[in-house]
Amino acid sequence: MTLSVDISPQPLSGWGRTAPTTAMVSRPTDTSSIEEALRTATPGVIARGLGRSYGDAAQCSGGLTLDLGGLDSIGTIDESSGTIEVGAGASLHELMRSIIPSGWFVAVTPGTRYVSVGGAIAADVHGKNHHRDGSFARHVVEMTIATPMGTFTVSPDVDPDLFWATAGGMGLTGVVVSATLRLIPIETSWMLVDSERFTRLDDLMTTMEATDDQYRYSVAWLDCFRAGSHRSVLTRGDHAPGAALSDRFQGRSREIPGDPRLRVPRSAPRRLVNRMSVRALNEAWFRASSTAPGSLKPLAGFFHPLDGVGSWNLLYGPDGFVQYQFGVAPQRGDVVEDAVGAIASSGILSLIAVLKRFGPGTPGPLSFSQEGWTLALDFPLGQPGLPALLDRLDDLVAEAGGRVYLAKDARLRPELLPVMYPRLADLTAVCRRVDPDGVLASDLSRRLGIVR
Amino acid sequence: MNDAFGRPQSIVVLGGTSDIAHELLGRLAADRCRSVVLAGRNRGRLERAAEELRHTVAHVDTVFFDATETDDAHKTVVRCFEAAGEAVDLVIVAVGELGHQEQDEADPDRIARMVTVNFTWPAAALSTAAAALEQQGHGRIIVLSTVAGYRVRRSNYVYGSAKAGLDGFAQGLGEGLRGSGVALHIVRPGFVRTKMTVGLPAAPFAVGPDRVAADIIRGVERGQAVIWSPGVLRLVFSVLRLLPQGVWRRLPG
Repeated sequence: MTLSVDISPQPLSGWGRTAPTTAMVSRPTDTSSIEEALRTATPGVIARGLGRSYGDAAQCSGGLTLDLGGLDSIGTIDESSGTIEVGAGASLHELMRSIIPSGWFVAVTPGTRYVSVGGAIAADVHGKNHHRDGSFARHVVEMTIATPMGTFTVSPDVDPDLFWATAGGMGLTGVVVSATLRLIPIETSWMLVDSERFTRLDDLMTTMEATDDQYRYSVAWLDCFRAGSHRSVLTRGDHAPGAALSDRFQGRSREIPGDPRLRVPRSAPRRLVNRMSVRALNEAWFRASSTAPGSLKPLAGFFHPLDGVGSWNLLYGPDGFVQYQFGVAPQRGDVVEDAVGAIASSGILSLIAVLKRFGPGTPGPLSFSQEGWTLALDFPLGQPGLPALLDRLDDLVAEAGGRVYLAKDARLRPELLPVMYPRLADLTAVCRRVDPDGVLASDLSRRLGIVR
Repeated sequence: MNDAFGRPQSIVVLGGTSDIAHELLGRLAADRCRSVVLAGRNRGRLERAAEELRHTVAHVDTVFFDATETDDAHKTVVRCFEAAGEAVDLVIVAVGELGHQEQDEADPDRIARMVTVNFTWPAAALSTAAAALEQQGHGRIIVLSTVAGYRVRRSNYVYGSAKAGLDGFAQGLGEGLRGSGVALHIVRPGFVRTKMTVGLPAAPFAVGPDRVAADIIRGVERGQAVIWSPGVLRLVFSVLRLLPQGVWRRLPG
């Protein structure tokens, strides 16, 4: 293969640092080298952004991984339509730093700014405003995708099949090269935040159902640690209008998020995340949650609390961790309760549990966020019984007609994939059209048999 | 592909009738596994093991080889990888013979055979398997070693020394594979009650093959380069290894 860019073999894993595999990695800086790679590479090419997928979605054992970090251009804002064109490799971090000073913000941000635009589309990520604004792909006006059959610019109106199969398609329809995103106007970089504490899960869920719509952003943190008592903190907020800032903040009304100040060393001890530290952290979080309504918080602290610490995934030690996130229909809140109960009584440690309500989903056949409840959990590896517990949660979720989030998956039973994503055939049909030889593949797609 | 917990979807077993391998397959096959290739010498036993696996695994195949034929080691592994029909996630190397110390030690032919079966053939096969997995970009190798090779003793030194050779070979190979996406685990069981040890007096910390299989699965999940079974033997042998030869000689067993 003659690519105009450097290629070298590299071991790659996801953010959870499990199941590393080795692939050739190249860093194209223009569309034509991507097209060349897709034309000439033997089967097994996948794009990779910032490697924030937790499992094996952005790696391709023995194949070619295209590191899109070189396609990080950020265009200028079209003030009349509120849109901006960006390269797929641009991070939401850099995008925010570029647009916040002129009073704009991304329509959807996940819990970290360190994701690429291409990755955000491929996983069709969601944020705390999904109940109102939907997932990331809802705010993509159009995008350009390089496929083995050529490069296409698609939108919800132009080739909607390819557009929606790509939204949440985990990179299996092609390599997103660039996208035009719809932004939202903001007056300040501050948030007005209300926090409430609950000791019963059903109280929390009832409150969320009843009043989430009064806020643009809403998310709840659960303490899964103790059986029986489910403490939680519900945090909801909106962008603060300029008038909400006191004189003290007036000079800092549009601050941009900075780079991490702390970094976890590679030599972090093995068992930093343990029974005691998790208990202490949950206790501290519950107590520290402010109950004063209308507190002013900086945007970065509200949306991306973990981004203040670089490579926080190393805290879990060399074994890594798995994230587990599922979604179920609005009337199946019982599955959330059952899952939390099963985890608490198993004695298995889960550090962070996040509960949220999704609004209506997108037509993407592999897009995760469909209307209803979603619960995200993370588990340090090396806990006996953890694989079996997650298999049991899969069964609960599948029986309820729910699904797990593939951007976080590292261990799903392959036979459950078509149960959880019944419209898999729609994705396969698009893949046959744009990638008839099956060039695009990832460890995730091979493990689960996503495209057959 | 291996999942986050190291559970494979495709397995090749060299020494497919080994009791430990059988236990290990019993656990792995029921989980995420869809392809198993069993390679071994005894056709009848191999076919029976394959038949049993077909209840839970979609694709099961067998390959025959004789571990005294070292020229065939490379070819055998290549055939196993072809028979798998997909990328191989796990190679279990369970080739070996315990022999009969008293008869072996006085017979140069038998010694040569023991070293071939327990060291030469598996080492040659390991090098081919490692290269094939490296080419794939991922995979895992489990090498069944033994505590008998950790510190060799008078009562079974023919077997023990050959296994010590394999153990050392696997250690070096594993170091060389670091960063390649291929993981290698050396398993050092103590006395295991299997068909290989029928009639022998059990040593302290004797375990069944089911326990060894469970220890292997846990060790793999934890990414341990060396898996002792039972785990306490790690400690026991770190002490035993340092004993003066005079004391070591007098230990029973």
